[in-house]
Amino acid sequence: MNGTPQDRVSAGRALLDQVWNENPIFRQVLGICSALAVTNLVFNTTLMCVGLIWTTTMSSLTVSLLREFTPKRIRIMVQILIAAVYVIVVDIVFRAFFFETHKDIAAYVGLIITNCIVLGRLEAFANKNRPIASALDGLGAGLGYAAVLMCVAVIREVLGFGTLLKGTTWMVDVLPTGGQTWWRPWTLMVMPPGAFFVLAMVVWAAKSWAMRRESSKVATAGGAS
Amino acid sequence: MIAETIAASPLDAPMLIRLLVILVSAALTDNILLTRFLGMCPFLSISRQIKSAFGMGLAVIFVTTCTVFINWLLYAYVLLPLEPYGVPAESLKLILFIVVVAAFVQLMEMLIERISLKLYYALGIFLPLITVNCAILGASLFMTTNVTGKGFGGLDCLVYGFGAGAGWFIAIMLMAGVRSRIREESVPEALRGPGITLIVAGIMAMAFVIFQGMIKL
Repeated sequence: MNGTPQDRVSAGRALLDQVWNENPIFRQVLGICSALAVTNLVFNTTLMCVGLIWTTTMSSLTVSLLREFTPKRIRIMVQILIAAVYVIVVDIVFRAFFFETHKDIAAYVGLIITNCIVLGRLEAFANKNRPIASALDGLGAGLGYAAVLMCVAVIREVLGFGTLLKGTTWMVDVLPTGGQTWWRPWTLMVMPPGAFFVLAMVVWAAKSWAMRRESSKVATAGGAS
Repeated sequence: MIAETIAASPLDAPMLIRLLVILVSAALTDNILLTRFLGMCPFLSISRQIKSAFGMGLAVIFVTTCTVFINWLLYAYVLLPLEPYGVPAESLKLILFIVVVAAFVQLMEMLIERISLKLYYALGIFLPLITVNCAILGASLFMTTNVTGKGFGGLDCLVYGFGAGAGWFIAIMLMAGVRSRIREESVPEALRGPGITLIVAGIMAMAFVIFQGMIKL
């Protein structure tokens, strides 16, 4: 995307860029507002991620289809409203099929509307590119975001409750829960501070890995020349 | 005596104490930023300097207080009464609230420009950013759960909105102060920027969460 004409960005490239190379959370730690709060349970996080992936993909597609007809001055408002429509669809579907979980995460599902990733992709990419590439760009942004959140959620739930997928029929005990065993649930992990600490560790790990790869690339390039 | 009443059922306490409880809980124990993670993006990006953190914080207090109250009026007097007639209040509130926030911010920007140019330049850059600050929309959404779940009235919502904004202000000011000190320390290269900010936020969140034993609405 750097310097190349926006319209020539190939669809596959757009997808890959968003998932790994330009992952919004690793690069800028954007858009965690509406989702960090749900990462103490893997199942809640899964729902939230599905909602976000759907919203970024579909609103990118719609904004891109309408980009010729949207007046420049009001485009932000139009983008917010388009995102809001898809969020409402998610909200209704979740309420119909996952009523109990929806009660916990309702406010955060609504907040997908103001998620920086959604609006960021709409403004930076979908606004200027063709529909298919835009949809894939949105899909990639959602997937990249979901990957990070799932990491955080798995770490938090395993350490905090000792389970995976708590609250569903597929619940698995990863660590011995209850009774006099060597392990005690680490309550801090499922409380708000835990989210900050785990995300900080994930960002730290990703960044040092990227930096090491960068420096080894520089070293090999230097050796070759 | 009063302490016992607050501990048992904080919302049944006398008016003034009830409002105080709502204020303290919105600003500290249920801090919208540190326990609900709302408004994280500006929190991470604008907390580099104390001065801009102060401007953004003030703008958030002002906009949250006003929009929560306006949204309460719409929710309690338009959406909820219409619900029996088949109007999907819970879905419509999302669109309605975001439009109110956006319109309010736009209006404020124009008004402030007319009234005080000095204030306009102080708040100017931060106002448009506020539309996409999740803390603003989040405060309105949590307000609706308080209205339906805990029977909040108009005055309660006004105080709740102010408390939520004030809590955000406190958090970003604390963070800006800490970050201005961190800059001189030797933080590991990969942890600089967002990483260390998140860890500091986690430690701050621990301090705020501890107060939840005192007041829990």
